[in-house]
Amino acid sequence: MPSFPLIAYSHVGKSFAGRGSSPVMAVDDVSLEVGQGEFLAVVGGSGSGKTTLLRLANRLIEADHGTITVEGEDVRGLDPVSLRRRIGYVFQSGALFPHIGVAGNIGLTPKLLGWTAAEIALRVNELLELVRLEPSYRDRLPHELSGGQRQRVGVARALAAKPHIVLMDEPFGALDPLTRDALRDDYRALHDRLALTTVMITHDMAEALLLADRIAVMQAGRLKALGTPAELSQSGDTYVANLLRTPRREAERLNALLPRDGAA
Amino acid sequence: MSLFSDARWGEALTHLSDYLGNHVRVSVTALALGLVVSLPLAIAARDRPLFRSVLLGVASVVQTVPGLALLALFYPLLLALASVTLAWFGIGFSAFGFLPAVLALALYSMLPVLRNTITGLNGVDGALTEAAKGVGMTPRQSLFTVELPLALPVIMAGIRTSAVWVIGTATLSTPIGQTSLGNYIFAGLQTQNWVFVLFGCLAAAVLALAVDQLLALIENGLRNRSRVRAALGGFGIVALIAATLVPNLARPSSSYIVGAKTFTEQYVLSALIAERLRAGGLSASSREGLGSNVIFDALAANDVDVYVDYSGTLWVNQFHHRETPPREQLLGELKTTLEKQNITLLGELGFENAYALVMPKKRAQALGIHSIADLASHAASLSIAGDYEFFSRPEWAAIKSAYGLAFRMQQTMQPDFMYAAVASGEADVIAGYTSDGLIAKYDLAVLADPSQAIPPYDAIVLLSPRRAHDEALQAALKPLLGRINIEDMRAANLRASGNDAAASPDAVARWLWDRIAKR
Repeated sequence: MPSFPLIAYSHVGKSFAGRGSSPVMAVDDVSLEVGQGEFLAVVGGSGSGKTTLLRLANRLIEADHGTITVEGEDVRGLDPVSLRRRIGYVFQSGALFPHIGVAGNIGLTPKLLGWTAAEIALRVNELLELVRLEPSYRDRLPHELSGGQRQRVGVARALAAKPHIVLMDEPFGALDPLTRDALRDDYRALHDRLALTTVMITHDMAEALLLADRIAVMQAGRLKALGTPAELSQSGDTYVANLLRTPRREAERLNALLPRDGAA
Repeated sequence: MSLFSDARWGEALTHLSDYLGNHVRVSVTALALGLVVSLPLAIAARDRPLFRSVLLGVASVVQTVPGLALLALFYPLLLALASVTLAWFGIGFSAFGFLPAVLALALYSMLPVLRNTITGLNGVDGALTEAAKGVGMTPRQSLFTVELPLALPVIMAGIRTSAVWVIGTATLSTPIGQTSLGNYIFAGLQTQNWVFVLFGCLAAAVLALAVDQLLALIENGLRNRSRVRAALGGFGIVALIAATLVPNLARPSSSYIVGAKTFTEQYVLSALIAERLRAGGLSASSREGLGSNVIFDALAANDVDVYVDYSGTLWVNQFHHRETPPREQLLGELKTTLEKQNITLLGELGFENAYALVMPKKRAQALGIHSIADLASHAASLSIAGDYEFFSRPEWAAIKSAYGLAFRMQQTMQPDFMYAAVASGEADVIAGYTSDGLIAKYDLAVLADPSQAIPPYDAIVLLSPRRAHDEALQAALKPLLGRINIEDMRAANLRASGNDAAASPDAVARWLWDRIAKR
């Protein structure tokens, strides 16, 4: 495991006002380190606290307890706005601004950081190439793009200001399988090529297993397990075992149903 | 004569640049003020539920106040404020016309802008505001680059609603002294000049539609990122404002302002006075359709230079006297009281416009009734009709007690219908006005008042404090004093109630001048 942790959670807790009188613990005493260059997937059911955990890192949500450091600095001591500008964030189904063109959406964070127009234009071209979009898409509005193209723009927007860290909130969930597959591979390649540190939320265990270096399993606000796919398969926890069983059985049944034609 | 070849369309057109210009100025200023106040308030209130409910509640309450009442309320409010600032800081301002109209209309414009801005901003997809935060926007950057642009269609819909409301309601600013397209409507309704009423309504509707479409163009341009369309719309609005400023700058500011209340006789008399001033080489402009409570204060504040009032009205309404001295004594005391306010009572025109009990001549003769005293023995079997205020006025109490009158029934009516009602027998007696032209038209008899229970209502010419020593003005008006008798005025009022071009106040004023000048 890489030595220097880029994001470190230490005994972090966060509760929200629940329906009744008692608050709901969304994140409960979680300690976790994400090493430099690592791709970490956070897996869990809805309400498991995975989104809260992600948003604590760039202070979209403030922690109640514990300490979070980003690149060695306690986030409480940092200005939240400039913290967010140096961390890329890919939202569910893109969340592109519908009234702003592709180039404008991609160039937002650089613009906020005060880059010149020429620098931004150059960077936008670079990014379009990086996420494999034709330069002609520059001036399109988000509604003129397909779901996959929108999410490519979402990734480009997250990478625009050359962050070291990218946070992704179920980025490929709403896409059709073919697009999802292509985008996953493309992103993983970018992660490696740009030496990024990525934390990705997903509810899809198969996706986590295929993409991530390590997987964190969340349940009811607590960190249930953390490790590489191989390490997780050794886990004695029934919840983790259940999560792993589905992709494994699917893979076995698919192999049986789809015999490879000759060549392989 | 066909409706479209009527000469009054041409007459209406001659006022258009003045009325339309003033209308645009007052509406645009009010709308701008309303926006400047409402937009920041809406932005501040959108995520504060308590503040939001209070704000929208207050704006809704304002909206339930009828437009005319809201405008009328601002006048005394500002008048009081002006006297306070004058006393404390030595700075007074005119509470007449433009200022109260702008403030009341601005207040009136707020609800749609507030509600739509709050709704629009709160309707922005939460995922997008979250994304704005996520890419590193400050709350302010998020507001201006994401939330406001996305809420724009809803906000603009509110602004457009409010623009149409303000332009429509601005027609009601005429009675508080702000010239507007309402001048056509008020004058037209009073003098039965339907061409004017129609013209005023059409002009206001066209203006409202034009502004609405220009705003739509701006919205469309902003939404589709078309600078050309947005600029065209903006240019249209600016051009509209600029066009209305030109005639205003060109107009001499030194002209005499002649006031008129909201009834036919007043329109005729102000036209007559304005014509006499012009004949004397003075420039004159009219402020017509002023509320009875507004016009006297406007004169005292030098916002109006000359108008005709009635001695009894001032005596009872303005100075709150209960007892009625004889005619000469009342006039003398009134003159002294007015002088204390530096207002000049130049003189009487020669006729009275008093309340009077009126019934058909034939019926009166058949019953042997010549005076109110004769009426008393028949009253128990008769009905009486009066205007909206008559039965609550001190005159009515005085008449009842002086003659011991007790009618079978009393009812209130719109003054225009009263005369027809008594002529057709629907009412037996009406409380009419002595100078009304309809008295001659319907062959009615005015019953004498031997006990002098009704105070005298001599038509008197009043001059503002700043014109107290203006000899040119006084010389121009002197030929009118004591020259108009009750028959002249009734005949003039009857002509003015007609429904053709010869019935316009200017035409009737010329006719009246010809008639009295010959004597």
